[in-house]
Formats: sequence, structure tokens, C-alpha cells
Amino acid sequence: MATTNKNDDGFNWAFALKEAAFAAIITAGLSFPILALRTDMDISNKLILNQRWSWLIVAAVLVFVGRLAVLSYAARPKSTRAASTAPQSDSSKFIAKWISAVGLLALFLFPIVVTSALGGQGALKWINNYGVQIMIYIMLGWGLNIVVGLAGLLDLGYVAFYAVGAYAYALLSTHYGLSFWICLPLAGILAATWGVILGFPVLRLRGDYLAIVTLAFGEIIRIVLINWVDFSGGYAGVSSIPRITFFGLPFNDNVGSFSNFFGLTYSPIHRTIFLFYLILCLALLTNYVTMRLRRLPVGRAWEALREDEIACRSLGINTTSTKLTAFALGAMFAGFAGSFFAVRQGFVSPESFTFLESATILAIVVLGGMGSQIGVAIAAVVLIGGTELLRELEWTKQIFGQDFDPAQYRSLIFGAAMVIMMIWKPRGIVSTREPSIFLKEKKSVSGDLVAEGHG
Amino acid sequence: MLSVSNPLLVVEHLTMRFGGLIAVNDLSFSVGRGDITALIGPNGAGKTTVFNCVTGFYKPTEGRLALARSGIAAAQDVADLTQSGAQHKQMPSGDIYLLERMPDFRIAHKAKVARTFQNIRLFQGMTVLENLIIAQHNPLMVASGFSILGVLGIGGYKASEQQAVEKAKSWLERIGLIDRADDPAGELPYGAQRRLEIARAMCTDPVLLCLDEPAAGLNPKESLELNTLLRSIRADHSTSVLLIEHDMSVVMGISDHVVVLDYGTKIADGTPSEVRNDPKVIAAYLGVDDGDEMNPAHGGAK
Amino acid sequence: MEVFLQQLINGLTLGSIYGLIAIGYTMVFGIIGMVNFAHGDVFMLSSFIGLIIYVAITQLLGLSSPMFAFLLALAASMVLTSLWNWSIERVAYRPLRGSFRLAPLISAIGMSIFLSNFVQVVQGPRSKSINGILSGTFNFGADGGFGVSLPYSSIVIFFVTVILLAIFWYIVQRTPLGRAQRACEQDRKMASLLGIDVDATISITFVMGAALAAVAGCLYLLKYGSVNFADGFLPGVKAFTAAVLGGIGSLPGAVIGGLLIGLIEVFWSYYISTDYKDVAAFSILAVTLIFLPSGILGRPEVEKV
Repeated sequence: MATTNKNDDGFNWAFALKEAAFAAIITAGLSFPILALRTDMDISNKLILNQRWSWLIVAAVLVFVGRLAVLSYAARPKSTRAASTAPQSDSSKFIAKWISAVGLLALFLFPIVVTSALGGQGALKWINNYGVQIMIYIMLGWGLNIVVGLAGLLDLGYVAFYAVGAYAYALLSTHYGLSFWICLPLAGILAATWGVILGFPVLRLRGDYLAIVTLAFGEIIRIVLINWVDFSGGYAGVSSIPRITFFGLPFNDNVGSFSNFFGLTYSPIHRTIFLFYLILCLALLTNYVTMRLRRLPVGRAWEALREDEIACRSLGINTTSTKLTAFALGAMFAGFAGSFFAVRQGFVSPESFTFLESATILAIVVLGGMGSQIGVAIAAVVLIGGTELLRELEWTKQIFGQDFDPAQYRSLIFGAAMVIMMIWKPRGIVSTREPSIFLKEKKSVSGDLVAEGHG
Repeated sequence: MLSVSNPLLVVEHLTMRFGGLIAVNDLSFSVGRGDITALIGPNGAGKTTVFNCVTGFYKPTEGRLALARSGIAAAQDVADLTQSGAQHKQMPSGDIYLLERMPDFRIAHKAKVARTFQNIRLFQGMTVLENLIIAQHNPLMVASGFSILGVLGIGGYKASEQQAVEKAKSWLERIGLIDRADDPAGELPYGAQRRLEIARAMCTDPVLLCLDEPAAGLNPKESLELNTLLRSIRADHSTSVLLIEHDMSVVMGISDHVVVLDYGTKIADGTPSEVRNDPKVIAAYLGVDDGDEMNPAHGGAK
Repeated sequence: MEVFLQQLINGLTLGSIYGLIAIGYTMVFGIIGMVNFAHGDVFMLSSFIGLIIYVAITQLLGLSSPMFAFLLALAASMVLTSLWNWSIERVAYRPLRGSFRLAPLISAIGMSIFLSNFVQVVQGPRSKSINGILSGTFNFGADGGFGVSLPYSSIVIFFVTVILLAIFWYIVQRTPLGRAQRACEQDRKMASLLGIDVDATISITFVMGAALAAVAGCLYLLKYGSVNFADGFLPGVKAFTAAVLGGIGSLPGAVIGGLLIGLIEVFWSYYISTDYKDVAAFSILAVTLIFLPSGILGRPEVEKV
């Protein structure tokens, strides 16, 4: 793009080339030992070095091209740049109004469309890996959005409550034979209780400190799950957790099963579709409750807390209980999602509840635009769907040879994407705030005015 | 000391220490019911510290702050309450609160003391209307059944919210911001933000309104508007006002009672005209005794 | 008693490493108020760089003295890790300076994920071990029975830590660079108005933090003889704990915090439970932040109303 209009916008090629060359040299320096010299163990367990200088050259060239592209993008003509930051036009308001309705409809039709297009076997992967997987993260994102986006409390240990929910269902169902429908509310209550227990001492901390303490609590819960083998099964986790039933009708090939009862031919896709609608309903419940609470005093108090805690106290708002409700409610939805996770997998282990999960959920919330429900949903689709798509890169083996495993680049790309997206949109995809009440006309509040919370 | 016949708040022997620094030293004064009481003094005299003690943001090192929401608190009742160790006492003539024992949000909620801040603390990213609705948090919280009924859509929350909106509207009309109700508070001009912060504090239905330099940064016209607003608050509401101010036109124009602080101690206490002619006050402001460290009255905020 | 002394030696050795990493956290937090989440992974990366250079020197160039090779690898790792951290700050943090507060944190978390997976991809997922850089020990106490052994490596770790601390302490306290750093810590805008190059000062802070992390990374290699791509997270969190415990922003505090964390971890493992040794560090972190948020040597923060 820059090549075509280098004359009219005065793109400084000499400068850009110099910059790109500089970046390439730095890259070469950075990658010199770590990329060009690979350590391997030989047969006698001694370290040997394999030299691969071509990697270094490839990296330097990639950075050179990338830097040049970024520079030319930054120097694109003023007209296109102005258009992208112009105030909301009528058409974009129209889109904003209808996107949730269309999105919702698409979600409800998704399993039906995919099944009829690809048939039972082909659809399974899409509904399970994409549909259900993304919906779990949308729900978790919405849950964490209450804590981080609305109340402005930075929580890096959110996955702990997800784990509480998952283990609650896993243990209650395997030990006491309780059904999913009984365990679901119990898991939510348990997670909320943990939210209050952990929240109470830490909520007077601010910002990054709160983030680190919640991270510590998250890790403590995980370490306890690993080491308290009698309780949680340790690393092995809990397996053969009872599968989901259709309100009592199991999904299998036997008499009295779901397919048998409804006179259908048995197919594993039934369970997956049911799971999809189940998580969709749970996520929509989360969304509904959040949207309603935003228009109630407690929701407004959360947002006020994010804006200015001291002012809140001067108006007689009990900030501790306000923070605790946000923390407990967020935890409760994570608990619901956790027990859904357990019933879907049929197996839970501490490995599923690492810090990386918390970071992913937080990234979804921040990238979505703090406080924006639709933004969080879009961010979850982009981040989770995007990383899932990377699984589909088996064909790259044709190019790079059989030793090439695209799957191992997933986390690498995920991490880099987090950095790039933050630099591209530090305030997230939807950066404006919708007022919770209005007198004459609802006007979005620009993200520059909205505070991000202090603790 | 000016004798206040019907005190709302009685401050006795208030002392606040920060480590070795004594910010307020053995200060006693009264705030009369229905009065506008001004707290003045050179920069660093400890005025804002007194405010923070009254509103509970600081816990005083020593002293008693007794507030009688209505009626006249008998000395015996206050003494009994002090003895009992409780935060407040219900009286037929009106409840008595010991502010030094209460956390900040309870002072605002129960004792009905509202305040503004030297550096304006509005909820900038929320609209003007939202700011005023949040000020009515506690009654609305009850109306929403502590959110539980509200989420389910049961109960009369809608009607209560409508009332809250009406109250907000009446305040917006008084401060001339009704047309900007749906704009973010952070976009208002400075003077309007000051007025909005006062209206927000008034939406909590306070018996005592504490204003920390409400005229700071206002132009002369806005200052006059502020005077009118404060007088009308006193006239229309059962709200007493305690204010910190450097702008002498505001202080002398509207206050009934002036307390002068210097280095954390009280140096004068009386009507505006008494205080104006007090040699100690003149010395503190003009720096006759130790002029090197004193700034003139119209200094920056501290 | 012998056991106690032995654990004391182990704890101080481990604590020195934590302390060196903690300085990087404390300096960056002090100057830009940000938890540099990727710092633990920078430490891990430096360890890998040290390892590769060491192997390259001993095998490709055929240098026979392991200690000399190690010192060369240490120096090279300090330079290269500094370059890494400089680039990381330039690419992932500087564009976000002054913007939304959460953005740099998320960016740092992304960087942390990127770095550990980068090392996994380019160097493979298996732990790399190397033996015999410095294996001797001093033995005290009863021959054949329970004695106290003081590995040479521990002595090297102590000395290197102490010497580097002295140098860095001098830089921060006595040089114009240190003054610029402290000025930026107080008020970045004012500092830039007074003619301090704030960007350069922040870059140098990252470089210094990385250099110390590289020392820690190489000493870690010396002590454990093995490193894995996932080794950044836990030492990172523990070093951060050390920085908080010592009082964030305080250099000596970071070292004292590091030594304390090292000692607590070692004694906890020995006397209470190895399985739960990480719980000890995390609990200390939580308890410190809740009850002593300004740490041992930090300045208490007064709420401004």
C-alpha cells in the first residue's frame, strides 16, 4: 500500500529502510545464540550444539519486512487515518444496534447449520472445538468482566474459581452421585463462597498488588489440588465423571436414552449439540444478570468504584461489600462454567487450571474493552477461535516437512498476539462506555474519560 | 469562642498527628445548625485535615466529634454515649453520632455528612445524571431489595428510580446543567464540575455539607453564582454548611461564623467582622511575626 | 545443627539468586510502576543463553578451563540478555507508556507467554543439563558422618552477588544516571522538563535489570546444572515476592527479601513439606501484601484525599 502512494504522502523511504535494517540487525543479535545454536542431548546425555544459521537469517529478514510494513502502515495518508477515528456514523450505530441480535441468532442456528452442512461426523469437531470451547471463554470473560471491567478490580487468579466449580461437580458426582443439575448451583455457591473468603482480606489492596495476590491465591489452590491426593486425585485428577444427561435421559445407544426416547438414530453429535445449547444458556444467563445489575444501584456502584473509590466512600457507599459482591458474583459464574467444563470433559486435573488460563481470560476482557459485553464476546471469538484455527495447519507439513509441528507454535503466536493487540488497541475493541441511565438521549462515553480502576 | 446556641456538630480537643507531625492540635469549635461556618487559615494550617477527620477519612488521634442530627444534644447524653463506646445513640430529640468512631462511608450514610473535594472527584466517565443517581445509592439499594429483587424484576424499584431521577433533575435545574444531563461529567467545564459535585453531595440529603475550597479556580462570575447556590441551600434545606475557603469574598459574603486556624491551632473564632479585625488573624495572613514561611491568602491549594 | 547449617547455606545460595532477579522487578516497578511480568522469563532466557555460549566455548572453541568458560558465558549472557530486555521494552512496553494502565500488564503477560514458548520452540521442550562447571565442595565436620558441605558454586554465587550489588548500589546512589532514575521515579514529567532523557533512563533501567537477571540465570545454571523453558515462571513469582517483601522500589530491600524467601523456602521444604514449598512463597506474598504492603524497607503509602 505504501509503495503506491509514496509520492503524495511523502513516505520517507531512506528513514524506513534504515529503521528496518536496524531492527534486523538487532534481531540477528538477539537470535544469535538462542536461535542459531540449538542444544541437544546426544546418546551419552552430553549437550551438543546444532548450528542453523539459516534460522537467524530468516528471522532477520522477517523482522526487516515486518518493520517496513509497520512503518508504511503508520505513514498511510491522512484521509484514511481520519476516517478510522471519525465519530460514530449512522451506519456504525446501526451495526452496533443489530450486532448483538444477529450474533445471538447466529449462535442459536450455529449447530443446526453446521450439522446440516457437514453431517454428524464432520460437524462434531466444529461444534465442540469451536462452538463449545469459545462459548466457555465467552462466559468466563463475561464473568470476569464484572470484576475487572465493571468494578475495576484486577484479578489474575480467576481460574481458581473455575477450578472450584469443576472439582465441585467432579467430586460431588463421583462420590455422592449427585446429578449435574443439583451440582451446578452448588458449584456456583461454593465458588462464590471462595470468592468471599479470598476476597475479603485482599480487597483493600490496589491495582497491581491485588493482581499479584489473586495470582498467588490461584496458584495456591492449584498446588493444593496437585498435592492433596486423597482429596483431588493429585496430578491424575478425577476421571470418569458422569456425563451430561438430557434432564435424566442419557446420551447413548441404549433403551431409555435420549435418541431412543425421541425416536432418533443415536449419534454422538446429540450430546455435543446439547452441551452447546447448555453453555449458550449459561453464558446468556451471565450476560442477562450482568446487564440487569448494571442498571441497579449495585452495578452503578461497581462502576463508580472503578471511577473513584474515595468519592464513593464520601457518598456513603460501603466499598468493601460492593467489591465483595463483584468478586463473589464473578466467582459464581466461573463456578458454573467450571462444572460445565467438568461435565463436558468427563475428567478434570490441575493442568487445566494454570495461570495461563487466567491470563487468557483477562486478555479477553481487556482486549474486548473493559466493561463491554459485546467486545468481550468478539475478543473471545478472535483469541480462542484464532488459536483453535492454528490447529488446522497440518497442511504446512507439506511445505516445511514432516518434522514441522504447527501445534507447538500456538502458544507462541498467542503470546505475540496479546502484545500486538494491546499495542494496536490499548483500550480494547469496544472502548466506549454505554451509560446505564439517560434523560433524553443515550450518548456513549469516550474511553478516554473512563477510568480503569485502582484496585 | 463564638457561642453557638444550637450546635449541629461539636468538635472538642481534636488532635491529629502524622508520625511526629502535629497537623491539628487540640482544636475545639462548633458548627451551628442552619449556619454556614467557614474554616480559614493560611496554607498548611490543617484545614483539610480537620475535614478529613470530620468525614472519617482520617481517624483522629484524639478528640471528640459529636453530631446531633436534630434537636439539641444534652451534654449528659453525649457523655453517656462516650462512656458506652458505641458509635451512636438514639434519642427522642434526634440521634447523636460520635464521628471519630465511625468509618467514612457510615458517616456519610448514617450521620448524613456529605463532602466535596479540593481536587474535584466526580465519576468522570459516567454521565452527569449517573453521578447524581449514584449519590442516592443507599435508599435505592433498599428499594432494589439489595439487588436480589431488582434482578428478578420484583418490587417497586422502577418507581424509586424514577423518584431519584426527579430529584436529580431538580438539582440539575438549580445548577443549570439540565441540558447536559447525558454528557460525561469529565467533559463539563471546571466551574460546572464544581457545581455538580456540590449537587451530588446534596443528593445524599445531608444534614452537614462540607465543602473543601468550592471557589478554587472559579472566575468572579462563577464565584457569585456559588454564593447564590450556597445561600439557597441554606435557605431551602435543613442543611448546614462547613466550608474551607481562601476566597475572602465568599467567606465574608456568606458565612455566619468563621474559625481561623494557623499551624493546626485555632487563633480566632467569631463572626466575619470580628475575625476580620482580629490582630492575630491579620498577623497570620500578612505574616507580621514569621512572614518568611507564610503565603498570602490567595495561594494554591494545599 | 549440621543439618541446620547445611540448609542455611542452601537457603542463602538460593536467596541470592532470587535477590538478583528481584532487583529487576523492583527497579522497573519503581520507575514506571509496572510489574514486568516477563522478567522471570528473561531470567530463564538468560540461563539458556549462558548455557549455549558455555557449550559453544568449551566444545566448538575447545577452551579447557570450565570456570573461565563460565565467566565468559556469564559476560556474554549479560550483554545479550540486556539487548533482549532493551528490545522487549522498546517493542512491547514503550508504545503503551502513559496509556491505559492495564495495557502494559497484559502486554507483559503476553511477552512472558511468548518468551517461554519461543525458547520451547527453538530449543526444544526437554530440560538441558550440564554438569561439572564447578563441582567441588568444602567439607566441614565429621568425616564420613553428617557434615556440612559448602559447594564452591555457593561461594561463587555469594561473591558475585555481593560484588554486583555493591556496583549497582553505587550506580544508583552516586552517579548522574542513578539520580536521573530516582528523579523519574518521583515525577517523570518533571524530570523530562528538567532535561532528563526519560526514555533513555527507562531503557537503561531495563538493561540493568536484565544484566542482573542474566547473572542470576547463569548462577542458577551453576547451582542446578539444568534449565528448562518453563523455569521462568516460579522463580519469577518468587523473586517478585522477594521484591514486595523487601519493599518494592528498594534495592537492598530486594536482596534482603530474596534471602528471606530463599531461606524460608529451604527450611520449609526440609522441616515441613517439599510438596507445598511453593505454597510457602505464595502465602508469604499474600500475607506481606495484605499486612505489610510497603514491605520491610519500603516507604508507606499515605492515602491522598
